[in-house]
Amino acid sequence: MEAEEATSTQEVNEDFRPKIVAYCCNYCAYAAADLAGSMRLSYPPDIKVIRIPCSGKVEINYLLKAFEEGADGVMVAGCLEGDCHFMEGNYRAKRKVRHAKRLLDEIGFDSERLEMYNLSSAMAGRFAEIIEEMTEKIKKLGPTPLRKGVKD
Amino acid sequence: MGEILEMVEGYENILVLGCGTCVTVCLSGGEREAAILAGQLRIWGKKEGKNLNVMEHTIQRQCEKEWVDEMRGHVEKADVVLSLACGVGVQLVAEMYEDKAVYPGLNTTFMGYPVEHGTWLENCRGCGNCVLAHTAGVCPITRCAKSLLNGPCGGSQNGKCEISKETECAWQLIYDRLKTKERLEWMNSYQPPRDWSTAGDGGPRKSVKIEEVVD
Ligand code: SF4
Ligand code: SF4
Ligand code: FES
Repeated sequence: MEAEEATSTQEVNEDFRPKIVAYCCNYCAYAAADLAGSMRLSYPPDIKVIRIPCSGKVEINYLLKAFEEGADGVMVAGCLEGDCHFMEGNYRAKRKVRHAKRLLDEIGFDSERLEMYNLSSAMAGRFAEIIEEMTEKIKKLGPTPLRKGVKD
Repeated sequence: MGEILEMVEGYENILVLGCGTCVTVCLSGGEREAAILAGQLRIWGKKEGKNLNVMEHTIQRQCEKEWVDEMRGHVEKADVVLSLACGVGVQLVAEMYEDKAVYPGLNTTFMGYPVEHGTWLENCRGCGNCVLAHTAGVCPITRCAKSLLNGPCGGSQNGKCEISKETECAWQLIYDRLKTKERLEWMNSYQPPRDWSTAGDGGPRKSVKIEEVVD
């Protein structure tokens, strides 16, 4: 039975396109995404970017909500450490992401599906790379176990 | 979390009930924390293939009947209420909705203020007979590990309490502060043995403000 399940997940993996929700700070990741667009850099398309005024604005319940609604992966992208426009927002975000991971682990949900990244607004290439990285990682993990019954 | 999952076991309609006053400013049981716990429960439910209906609601105060009564509509839709209020709120909700399962969603720990964002320190045990006037505003009942009332024990070392290097010796604090106030002679004032019945040792306490009671 277990072996069967494993094969079926692998099969799905072939054309599994992870849905990723990215909470992006307006001053870095969001701008970088914009720039990546103007530079015509390509990155996996199934990413939903949510603009926030600073990564520090992200709340743990927003992260959980994205998973609840069927995201395969969730990421928070803030300015480089030391460069947050609100001094310490990205450090706060880092702590919140870390705590959210603990909360997910507590209920047996793979916290690897959640990640925090730091970049600057000029790093369009890095933005594309991060999305690529995150997509690859989630592909390995397979679709979220929560999607059953959730509309796409 | 394990404990909470056990409490909700077997129930389908779960209400996570936040409280908008003390536990909100203590970042432990307000609207945001209710949303987080509800989120965790929903993710857990979906993952386990359970058909859970997790609702969230936050009222201004769970320790006053008027507020608790007002949310009747929300409680009626639930089989179980996880209250994120302090123990006072949990008890009032349980009393007013006797037919519902009402459980505590957090442990009420102590009364204290934040020493920095995110860190709280216990300051007062509500002993009912305040000694702060003699102790330069540092409570020895709460902050001295032995609740000593007449000066430090022999374990006070470099300002720390013998129970842990992290804990400041309350009596050192009192001494230092009296010194600043030029009131060191107060260290010699004698506190006779206390009547602890005001602190709860005489059974549950009751307080009546006669001028407020309408008869
Ligand atoms: S003496 Fe009693 S009332 Fe005063 S701060 Fe200490 S515990 Fe609280
Ligand atoms: S070391 Fe200070 S705080 Fe600790 S028990 Fe002794 S007097 Fe109290
Ligand atoms: S402004 Fe970008 S993380 Fe705070």
